[in-house]
Amino acid sequence: MAEKVLMKGNEAIAEAAIMAGCRHYFGYPITPQTEIAAYMAKRMPKIGGCFLQAESEIAAINMVYGAASAGVRVMTSSSSPGISLKGEGLSYMAGSDLPALVINVQRGGPGLGGIQPSQSDYFQSTRGGGHGDYHMIILAPASVQEMASLTFKGFDLAEKYRMTAMILADGTMGQMMEPVSLEMGEINEHDKSWAVTGTKMARKHNIINSLSLIPEELEQQNFDRYARYKKVEENEVMYEEYLMDDAEICIVAFGIAARVSRNAINEARAQGIKVGMIRPITLWPFPKDALDKAADTCKAFISVELSMGQMIEDVQLATKCRRPVTLCNRAGGMIPSPEEVLQAIKEAKGGLE
Amino acid sequence: MAKVTFATDLCKGCGLCVEVCPKKILRLNKEKLNAKGHYPAEMTDQDACIACAFCATMCPDCVITVEK
Amino acid sequence: MAIVFEKPKALANVPLHYCPGCTHGIIHRLVAEAIDALGIEGTTVGVAPVGCSVMAYNYFNCDMVEAAHGRAPAVATGLKRAMPENIIFTYQGDGDLASIGMAETVHAATRNENITVIFVNNAIYGMTGGQMAPTSLPGQVTQTSPYGRDVKHCGWPVKVCEMLAQLEGPEYLERVAVNNVKNIRNAKRAIQKAFENQINNKGFSLIEVISSCPTNWGMTPQKALQWIDDNMIPYYPLGVYKDRSAEQEKA
Repeated sequence: MAEKVLMKGNEAIAEAAIMAGCRHYFGYPITPQTEIAAYMAKRMPKIGGCFLQAESEIAAINMVYGAASAGVRVMTSSSSPGISLKGEGLSYMAGSDLPALVINVQRGGPGLGGIQPSQSDYFQSTRGGGHGDYHMIILAPASVQEMASLTFKGFDLAEKYRMTAMILADGTMGQMMEPVSLEMGEINEHDKSWAVTGTKMARKHNIINSLSLIPEELEQQNFDRYARYKKVEENEVMYEEYLMDDAEICIVAFGIAARVSRNAINEARAQGIKVGMIRPITLWPFPKDALDKAADTCKAFISVELSMGQMIEDVQLATKCRRPVTLCNRAGGMIPSPEEVLQAIKEAKGGLE
Repeated sequence: MAKVTFATDLCKGCGLCVEVCPKKILRLNKEKLNAKGHYPAEMTDQDACIACAFCATMCPDCVITVEK
Repeated sequence: MAIVFEKPKALANVPLHYCPGCTHGIIHRLVAEAIDALGIEGTTVGVAPVGCSVMAYNYFNCDMVEAAHGRAPAVATGLKRAMPENIIFTYQGDGDLASIGMAETVHAATRNENITVIFVNNAIYGMTGGQMAPTSLPGQVTQTSPYGRDVKHCGWPVKVCEMLAQLEGPEYLERVAVNNVKNIRNAKRAIQKAFENQINNKGFSLIEVISSCPTNWGMTPQKALQWIDDNMIPYYPLGVYKDRSAEQEKA
């Protein structure tokens, strides 16, 4: 068994990124993710890497764009308002098919909002976040261990599909301390022949670009990109099932909401209610098939979220609205308590009788 | 002996070369249109050319090659 | 016969899309000539802006990146930090560099980021059809200052070299013009120096090039070059605004 160390979620992300071969970090301070920048600032100079505090979130994501163009593993991290600022860069990265890892340790919004945990950037991240047709691979850790392992995997997926991958965490996950195994395995090598590393006078010039003024060509680029997205949807969906074998009621929750829900499920089971959970680990691609299949047997669904109800729409779509889906939520930095989730389970159970 | 050649189809007929030529031996040929539909620049007296390359220096489109 | 003047090798063999008489083409050529002279085409990566020169990525034979509007210095920073041995330049217009990208410009300069910035100042937004630029002159008529730029209403032009010269950071700042042969030759020297500074790890070098926009100024190409002499250069004096290495040698 691998040796475990006690780490904060944000630090686990930073260390896993370094283990994944990331040697370039560009960011701008914002609560509640600043530990990532602080960790990188300490570590990068010691290992020949580059930590640079940018003048803004916009500059940081464009530095990421530049370093990604050079074909190196690069990341930035921020929290909700900062991610909005990065939206421009994220769209350009998608249009230029550049791989990178972006961390969003979410806080409550809209606007400046608060600094307490939230999941209210679900729509923003799973739908792209910036302008134009595109997706990012959205990974939702529910433990400090997953903060590390999904960061490691995120770099690999980003390079494999030439996309931006995003860790969609929240303030609780970022601040939480848990034992972590940092055995991450091998780094996969991916093709980088597209990178702008200088022609060495040995090839035609490479161009990293998202401009395409001929609509037929731009349309074709979108078609090609979405063909690649389809492969991601076919191959990279991740989710965890909990007590789903005989479940009548299915909770859908990710991140911190899934941890709270687990406690509520255990209590409900003790009271004889057959409830289980599907925890999406990839929010895009969303585990549609797993939910659709669950709707064959489960009679009711509950979406537990730290938002006004965003993922619930994907649950309704995935289950094709065949079963009632209710929302159990808190917003603005509040977290649903296990009692609140248990109450939602009981109400769903009541609706079945 | 100097020789000035024009990549005629790249010329946009802006006339900056005509204006800058100290020998006044360039002109826009109003009798002809190039592939882009411009009146292209041309040399009227090759023998008078001193290969100063002022024309090529001012040309925004790298139309002109100068040899000596 | 020997070649006196020919198209530089680093400039791609494709027609430029610029309007007749637009001096962007001259500035492209000067950049390519510097790349040729220093033998750095194989290691150079250029960053194109948004604006008239948005398609500059097609015009240079070195590797190229197209940046979001104003972000070229940040993109160049990412490239340079990832590949310190490569030569990185940006090519930006006045709207890109001095308006929407002002923060990126100032901070790349103050970090003395080891990059070369070619800043084309023609006092107007060309690509979108002639709107007021951060560098449009007081009283200048544009599509969005139809009664002339009223400095009481929309402020004064930004003098980029003068402003950046106040910073400790940058290595080299010079303003040149391309409206006559003498100025073009001087611009060529300045641009080459800006690349040499990067090769010698001296840091941030910005060459502001006063350029013309006959189409949106509503003039013939010849009149536009004269307008640079009569109006632009008096407001934007040519010369070296900062040369840290020269200052240090003197001291």
